[in-house]
Amino acid sequence: MAVDQDLKIELGKQGVFITTLQELYNWGRRNSVWPMQFGLACCAIEMIATTMARYDLARFGAEVFRPSPRQADMMIISGTVTKKMAPQVVRLYNQMAEPRYVIAMGACAISGGPFKQGYNVLKGIDRYIPVDVHIPGCPPRPEALLQAFITLQKKIDAQPLTGPGRPRFLDAAAQGEFPVPVPGEHDLEPAFNQGVWPLPVLQPGKKD
Amino acid sequence: MKTIEEIKAAIEAAVPGAGVEVVVNPSPCAQHSLRLDPDSALAVARFLRDDPELALDFLSNVTGVDWPDREISEKVKVARTVAKTVDGVEQQVEETVDEIRKRVEPGCLEAVYHLYSVVRKHGPVVIRMRTGNRTDRVELPSLTPVWRSGEFQEREIFDLFGIVFNGHPDLRRILMWDNFKDHPMRRDYVEPDDYEYEPTAHDAVLAKAQAHRAAAQAGAKGQEGAGAAQ
Amino acid sequence: MTASFKSPAEPKLNNLDLAPSSEPGISGDLLEVAMGPHHPSTHGVFRMDIVLDGERVIRLKPVFGYLHRNHEKIAENITYIASMPYTDRLDYICSLTNNWAYALAVEKLVGLEVPERAEYLRIILGELTRFQNHASTIGFLIQEMGASGTPLMYAFREREKILDLFESLTGSRMMCNYMRFGGCRVDPSAEWLDQVRKVVAGLPAFTDEIDRLLTSNEILMARTQGIGILPPDLAVNAGITGPMLRASGVNYDIRKIDSYGIYNRFTFRVPLGERGDVYDRYMIRLLEMRESIRILEQALKNVPGGPIVDPKSKIRGFRPKPGEAYGRIEAPKGELGFYLISDGGPNPYRYRVRPPSLVNLTILEDMCLGAAVADVVIIFGSVDIVLGEVDR
Repeated sequence: MAVDQDLKIELGKQGVFITTLQELYNWGRRNSVWPMQFGLACCAIEMIATTMARYDLARFGAEVFRPSPRQADMMIISGTVTKKMAPQVVRLYNQMAEPRYVIAMGACAISGGPFKQGYNVLKGIDRYIPVDVHIPGCPPRPEALLQAFITLQKKIDAQPLTGPGRPRFLDAAAQGEFPVPVPGEHDLEPAFNQGVWPLPVLQPGKKD
Repeated sequence: MKTIEEIKAAIEAAVPGAGVEVVVNPSPCAQHSLRLDPDSALAVARFLRDDPELALDFLSNVTGVDWPDREISEKVKVARTVAKTVDGVEQQVEETVDEIRKRVEPGCLEAVYHLYSVVRKHGPVVIRMRTGNRTDRVELPSLTPVWRSGEFQEREIFDLFGIVFNGHPDLRRILMWDNFKDHPMRRDYVEPDDYEYEPTAHDAVLAKAQAHRAAAQAGAKGQEGAGAAQ
Repeated sequence: MTASFKSPAEPKLNNLDLAPSSEPGISGDLLEVAMGPHHPSTHGVFRMDIVLDGERVIRLKPVFGYLHRNHEKIAENITYIASMPYTDRLDYICSLTNNWAYALAVEKLVGLEVPERAEYLRIILGELTRFQNHASTIGFLIQEMGASGTPLMYAFREREKILDLFESLTGSRMMCNYMRFGGCRVDPSAEWLDQVRKVVAGLPAFTDEIDRLLTSNEILMARTQGIGILPPDLAVNAGITGPMLRASGVNYDIRKIDSYGIYNRFTFRVPLGERGDVYDRYMIRLLEMRESIRILEQALKNVPGGPIVDPKSKIRGFRPKPGEAYGRIEAPKGELGFYLISDGGPNPYRYRVRPPSLVNLTILEDMCLGAAVADVVIIFGSVDIVLGEVDR
C-alpha cells in the first residue's frame, strides 16, 4: 500500500507521521544487519579494515560482528572458497536464521578469481548458496564493500512483505536448508546445487 | 664453509658405505647438491647435523619434485650394409645411416632438502633422494627424526606427490581431505573438469570445452543431468 | 640478552610428558574439541583438534588445507613473471616482501643484478611492510586477549597510512605486485619519497604509544608471561624462524646472515628474547618495529638516482637456462624462501614456496600442552601466521 508522497509531507508539517508497516519493518531490518565474523582469505583483511576507524562500517548499523551464525543476518564470503572449506561454508549458511543475506566479496568468491585453475578451488560460492550482492575486485576496496552494503540495504528496503516477491522467510514453501556437499575421492559431490545454480546453457560460439 | 666435494669426502669418511653423488647445478647461483642413497640417508643426515664443523642444525625447506617417465628419441649413427648399384654393378656397401632410436627413461619422485647452520651461520647445503619409480617403489626414509621441521613439509610431499616417508611420526594427508585419492602436484594429474566455459573459447580451452560438452551430454543422457559438470 | 645456544638434541615429539588426569580429584573423561575452521581467533580458516582433560590441553593436532589454493600448481603452468601477482596473495598482509623473495630467487636463478636505486626502494618498502605487519600482529594478539577494538584500531590507523603510500606508488593497497626480476616496476617521484619521510617521522610516536599502553600493562603481563614457552634448541630443530626464533634467544636474522640486498650498509640491532614466552614474542615485535624505523631513516636519507631495473632483464621471452636456485629473505613472519627448477622453458619446472607460517606451526602442540584453552588462543596468536601462506 503506497502512501501519496505529497500527502505524507503535508501531514508531516502538521506533526502527523504516517507510514506503512512494510516501510517501517524494512527500515528496521536494513539498519541493523549484523554480519557474521567470518573471514576466509585476503578479502577478510579488507573487511576488517572496513570495520576500523577510517571506513567505519558502524555508520550503517553493521558494526556488530557475531561469531555465531545463529545471531548473524549477513554472511560476507570474504575470499577464496576451497573445496575443503565449501561444505563448512554451506553448513554455516544453513545454521543462520532467516532473514539471511550473502555478499560474495571479491573475485574468488564470485568465480574462483585468479585461482580458478586450481584443483582445490571452488569456482564461485553461488554454486551452493544464493548470493545477494557480488563485489568484484581482488581484493575490493573498503569503499566497495560499503557500496555492496548500501546495495543490500536498498534491496532489503524494496522487499514487499506479501506477494510473489516476498523474502524467503515469509514464504513457507521456500527452501530453507541447502544440501551440504560431501568431499569425494576426486572432487566435491555434487559439484553444484542445481536448485541454486542451474547449469549454464552452453551456447556454441562462432569459432566452435 | 666447505665446498661440496669436501662435504662429500667428509660424509664418506664418517659414514662408511654411504652412497653420495654430487649433482652439479649449472645456474649462476651454483647451489650444488648431494644425492644420497636412501639406505644410508638417515645416518648421513645425523652426521651432517652433529658434525661440529658442518653443524647443519636447521632444515629450512623440504620439497618434492616429480620426474615423469621421459621418452627420449636420439639420433644414432649406425653402420650397416646396403645393396647399392655402383658403376652398373650391384654391390654390398658399408654405410653409416642415421637412425632414430627411442628409449624410455624411467621416472622417479625426488625429495629435496635445504640445510643451513644456525650455529656456524652458513648454508645452504642441498641434499636430495630419489625413489625407485613413481608407482610402487615410492618409499624414502623420513628425516623428521633428525630435523623436526620436516614434519609438516614431508606430510605435504606425501599428500601432493605421493612419496611415503618411512619413520615419519604422523604421515597423513595434510592439505587435501582424507579420502582424496590423487596426488595433485604430480605432472600427470588430471583435475576435475568443473568449469563453465565461455561461448567464445579457442585453442586449448576450446578442446577442453568440447570434451567437457561431450561428457556433459553423455552424462545428461545417462542420468538426466545429474553430475553433468563432471 | 645473549643466547646460550646448546648443540641440537634429538627432537622430542612431545616436550611435556603429561598423562591424562594425574592430579587427584579430576577424574577425566577426555573432551575432544574441534576449534575452527570457522573460529574468530584462528586468523582465517585454520582448525585445531584439541583433546582436553578438564581445562588442560593434552593433545592438539592442527588441520590444514582449508585455504589450499594450489599456488604451486598454478605457478608451474604459467610464466615466471605471471607468478608475481600470485605471490602477493601468499601472505596477503605483506605482499611486498613476498615479491621480494620471489624476485630474489629468480635473480639467483638467472644471475641478474639489481640497480642501487631499486635496492633502496626494496628496503624502504620491505621495512614499511614489516612495520605494518608487526603492528597488526600486536593488534590481533591483544584483541584475542579480550581487549576488543582499541589496540587493533590503533594498529590499523597506522597501517592505513602505510597502505596509502603503497597505493600511491603501486596502485593497490594490498596486492602491490611491485618487484620485477632485477629491479622494481615504477620509479617513485621525489614527492612520494617526501611523503614516506613524513609518515616515517610519525611512526616512533605510534611505537611509543603502544609501548606506553601495553608493555607494562598488568593484565597483558599476567596473560602472557610464562605462557607458551619455546626452548631454543627445539626452536632451531623445528625450523622456527623470524621473531618466534629470536624471542627464544637465538640470534639468527637472515638480513644479517645473508645480508641480501644492501642490508649490510645499515646499522640495526637484532633484538633477542630471554625466555621464549608469548610476552617475549610481543616485545620482539615491538623492538623490531623500532629497528625498522631506524633502517627506514637511514635508507631515506640518501636514495640514489639511476635506473630501477637491470637492463639485462627481459619480460618477453624470459627463459632461464636449466638449473635450480633457492632464494630466501627475512620476511616479517620468518624465513620466506622460493625454490625454483628451470628446464629451460618459459614456465618453471618446479616452483616451491617455503612458507614461514606453516613451519612455525610445527611446535604449536608442544607450546600448548598443559595450557588452558584460553591460552591456546594467545599462543596461537603469538605465532603470527597468515593462512594464505600456510596452505598456499
